[in-house]
Amino acid sequence: MALLEIKQLNKRFGGLHAVNDVSFQVEPGQIKAVIGPNGAGKTTLFNMISGTFPPTSGSVTFQGRDLRGKKPYQVADLGMARTFQNIKMFNGMTALENVMVGRHVQSNAGFLSSMFRMPWTWKEERAIRDKSMELLALLGIEEHAHTDASSLAFGQQRAVELARALALEPTLLLLDEPAAGLNIYETAEVGRLITKIRDLGITVLLVEHDMSLVMDISDEIVVLCFGEKIAEDLPPAIQQNPEVIKIYLGEE
Amino acid sequence: MKKLLSVLPLLAVVIGVHLLTSATDTMYYLTQMTMSAYYSLLIIGLCVLMGYAGQISLGHAGFFAIGGYLSAALTTRSLVPYQDTALVNLLDSVGMILSGHDLYGEAMLVVSPWAACGIAVCTAALIAVIIGIPVLKLKGHYLAMATLGFGIIIYRVALALEYFGEADGISEVPPFPLLSGLTISGNFSDRIQNYYIAWGLLLIGMVLLLNLMDSRVGRALRGIHGSDEAAGAMGVNTSRFKLQTFVLSAVFAAIAGVCLTHYNGGIGPSEAGVMKSVRYVAIVAVGGMANLWGALLMGVVLNFLSLRGVFGSYDDAVFGLILILIMLFAPNGILSLNIRHRLKQLLRRGKQDREGEV
Amino acid sequence: MTTELFIQYLMAGITYGSIYAIVAIGFNIIYNTTGIINFAQGEFVMFGGMIAISLLHFMPMPLAIALAVIITMVIGALIEICFIRWLKSPSVLRMIIITIGISILSREVAVHIWGESIRSLPYFVGNEISSIPVFGARISPQVLWVVAASALMVIFLGIFFRTTSIGREMRACASNRKAATLCGINTQNMVTLSFILSAGMGALAGCVMSPITYSQYDMGTGLAIKGFTVAILGGLGSSGGAVTAGILLGVIEAFSVSVVPLAFQDAISIAILLIILFVRPQGLFGSKEAAGLSEF
Repeated sequence: MALLEIKQLNKRFGGLHAVNDVSFQVEPGQIKAVIGPNGAGKTTLFNMISGTFPPTSGSVTFQGRDLRGKKPYQVADLGMARTFQNIKMFNGMTALENVMVGRHVQSNAGFLSSMFRMPWTWKEERAIRDKSMELLALLGIEEHAHTDASSLAFGQQRAVELARALALEPTLLLLDEPAAGLNIYETAEVGRLITKIRDLGITVLLVEHDMSLVMDISDEIVVLCFGEKIAEDLPPAIQQNPEVIKIYLGEE
Repeated sequence: MKKLLSVLPLLAVVIGVHLLTSATDTMYYLTQMTMSAYYSLLIIGLCVLMGYAGQISLGHAGFFAIGGYLSAALTTRSLVPYQDTALVNLLDSVGMILSGHDLYGEAMLVVSPWAACGIAVCTAALIAVIIGIPVLKLKGHYLAMATLGFGIIIYRVALALEYFGEADGISEVPPFPLLSGLTISGNFSDRIQNYYIAWGLLLIGMVLLLNLMDSRVGRALRGIHGSDEAAGAMGVNTSRFKLQTFVLSAVFAAIAGVCLTHYNGGIGPSEAGVMKSVRYVAIVAVGGMANLWGALLMGVVLNFLSLRGVFGSYDDAVFGLILILIMLFAPNGILSLNIRHRLKQLLRRGKQDREGEV
Repeated sequence: MTTELFIQYLMAGITYGSIYAIVAIGFNIIYNTTGIINFAQGEFVMFGGMIAISLLHFMPMPLAIALAVIITMVIGALIEICFIRWLKSPSVLRMIIITIGISILSREVAVHIWGESIRSLPYFVGNEISSIPVFGARISPQVLWVVAASALMVIFLGIFFRTTSIGREMRACASNRKAATLCGINTQNMVTLSFILSAGMGALAGCVMSPITYSQYDMGTGLAIKGFTVAILGGLGSSGGAVTAGILLGVIEAFSVSVVPLAFQDAISIAILLIILFVRPQGLFGSKEAAGLSEF
């Protein structure tokens, strides 16, 4: 069974048909990429999967569960984490604290038990801290753990955001243009990180328009154009696909 | 434990102030210090709501008034006309009714202070839930206006109902015996004791909130403030957390209202007024929004000065002016100004300019 | 309810309603050019009335009113220049707090100049007891002044925004500030102008209503919250909506007197505000789509 199944998804904003009848599946253990030129509806698609806004019609099924009407926090609770195109750090918090927020669904302390420091919260708090440090180390930014996250370099902020998403221990990780704003070295680094994440057993679905990154790391690629799916194939086949070439290079 | 240690210096200051006033024969300052402590209890609660959860409330005097008025009314209004009703009998059977005599020797039945306090605080919490569910869906101007509207409604109700004494408010509110030997009252002989009760409550409140901020919940709240959307994507149920914080701050406000009313022996409609709510917001803003210590410090200092009458008839004007100046020049609070650092920067720039000319 | 009483209530509702509509339009003018809700809007109304009352000692009423409106416009301009103009993209929260601060300062200035006493302008024509019969009910002529002045202001604004070049520039500024700047419109001056216009309208409303509703230093907050209710009810930014919603609220309020005690009259309009915010924040006539796009 597919981990994520998208069926005939549509989104209309007034007269604009942002996503038009898109269907595809993500198999467990894959890195799947959605590519397409600007305005192809990639981010809209993502926002519907993660519950930011509801689709006009169609369905999203995650681990056999229909996500209809689910809010983003409920989707996250089911094991789907995401990052944002323009990094959304929690300003005024350190890198470590940012990642610790990611442990939210994996911990329990509520208002009263936090206020009164119930003994059982001590252990939980320590576990949150240890796991978060571990993730920062995994992404190679542990030396910045106590730096204010918003003052980190752009590439480092991406890494913090990734660590934060991984802290959820997701089954599926949604990455919204992970290479946006990065130079080629940083892009290559992000590519390595994504592969590493896949090797941890986490399925990855990413939206990207940087072709080089996508071709290198993905197992399968979906191409969107003006809201419609025009191709879905393995990377080499996508590179040969005349329609895709037409979109990316323009007509003669 | 670390948090407990961090309030120890404050405890030392509290004791120090007491010793200082008793040494210099200025013990009358303790009265205003006691009142400032209660107001500050409300303010640190509001600070969590505004600074950490990022929700403005222009109606917090309303929650203070709900606490104060209910507790005052229940402990002073005689239940004799209703003494045969099922509710009064029920309260009586669980020991929540006190009987006594009023000034004219008439028999009186009133709710005991502890029970009244419980009812008042629970009512405030309940109203916070009811009003909070729809209100906290709003943002920006809408949220500000909605909470302002809530505050005005409470004010109007206090002013309109005979049960709450209309324009006169409620007076002759009895003392509140907390434990044997500890009583919240305005009696001259209990002044020192009350000073420590008020500051004890404030310290406990402070420790609880500091604990809260440095926990899973606190991080989630700060996350909501940083980016609502990202917090949601991390699995934080943002609307529920906002609501819980709203209720928490309402409870702090109501407790402050209950205690201060028993201490003053009465409450009037001005405590529910819009100006009070705005003043609380001003103090949180001066303290630096997301800064509990700043809110505490400014809460004590500004309330103390105001209660001492330092600002005279310009009291409200001073708070209005503070609000504008802080928001214009130091939106991160007065403590963020870091005057020495700024001066150094200015000096250095001056020096560079001169060197540039050469 | 007799027909006379019904008409009496209806006219009272329309009178108050047109004042609310004017305050709401004042909100809208500033909101459209800046995205700010000016919490000090009610204070413009208060200043208008109070200044006119003071000037009355020195000059005839029409002149006093005209001068009061001009002085209030200057106050509006000063507020914008001193507190708003030089802030670079301030947060909504900051703007809310600043305008609340301005509102409090204005009140405190007023209380120190005029004290807490309730004052009023004399009736423009006749006195408290003169009246005109309308369908059997007796209506004070001042009511007609209020309604006429409000109607004139709305018409004037409509003409101003549609036909004059400054009006068009302000509209351009309202629909897209950045594009307006690129077209060479000085958007900052437009913002100042919106404060001036809004202050002037508020002041004139404060003058014409003064004989009926009286003027007092602390009348601003109540008016502001009702004006805001109307602005929301009519759809934030829409003048036509504000007029309809204003009269609607005025009439509801007037008739509510026969059902609930007078002391709760304010609570009714606030309750309406809360309900409308919870149920239809885009207003009765606004579109949901547009509300979704705005920052709230």
